[in-house]
Amino acid sequence: MAIEVRIPTILRTYTDGAKQVEGTGATLDELLADLDHKYGGLRDRLIDGSSLRRFVNVYLNDEDVRFLAGLETPVKDGDTVTVLPAVAGGAG
Amino acid sequence: MLTISRELHDQIVAHARADHPDEACGVLAGPAGSDRPERFIPMTNAERSPTFYRFDSAEQFRVWRDMDDNDEEPVVIYHSHTATQAYPSRTDISYASEPGAHYVLVSTRDEDQTEFRSYRIVDGEVTEEPVTVAE
Repeated sequence: MAIEVRIPTILRTYTDGAKQVEGTGATLDELLADLDHKYGGLRDRLIDGSSLRRFVNVYLNDEDVRFLAGLETPVKDGDTVTVLPAVAGGAG
Repeated sequence: MLTISRELHDQIVAHARADHPDEACGVLAGPAGSDRPERFIPMTNAERSPTFYRFDSAEQFRVWRDMDDNDEEPVVIYHSHTATQAYPSRTDISYASEPGAHYVLVSTRDEDQTEFRSYRIVDGEVTEEPVTVAE
């Protein structure tokens, strides 16, 4: 079983430069835990305590998982999960 | 150093003026590895705020996917400050997540004059760089 996970530039230090990695799991939470075994520290950049960090966007195929079931979103073989840091800022 | 065409420079300024007093934001895409901004992509500010901006997440996904398909990358990420100087704030620095991009800041605080400055923001460090507008 393989789920493709696309890694943004800023997180490739955790994956030895790889822009795409593979993992397994029945939910996004399990998938990220699986990736963390291989790429230690990656999960912590995406999850704060028990929820997804506010300024990181995670997509299952082409939908933001915030509009699905967050960390409990089911994932399956052949899915693609994409991580993109939010682009944000401002004067104040 | 940021080299940018007059056309792209003026498109960014016009976008910032049009959205004032809300912050405007967007991307200039260019061929991967070229450091050449070529394509103007104004983005929706999902915050619609005079002091904060954020790319809409679905729009960001589509734009980033398109750039990837076209072998492009975000060469410039721009946004405007509407009442303060065109310098990265602490928020701008902490959220800067594209280490290869030029961060362009525009200020529309003055009606008659638009400030346009560019920076690299890498690992929390800001370095201003000169801007060359190619006519």
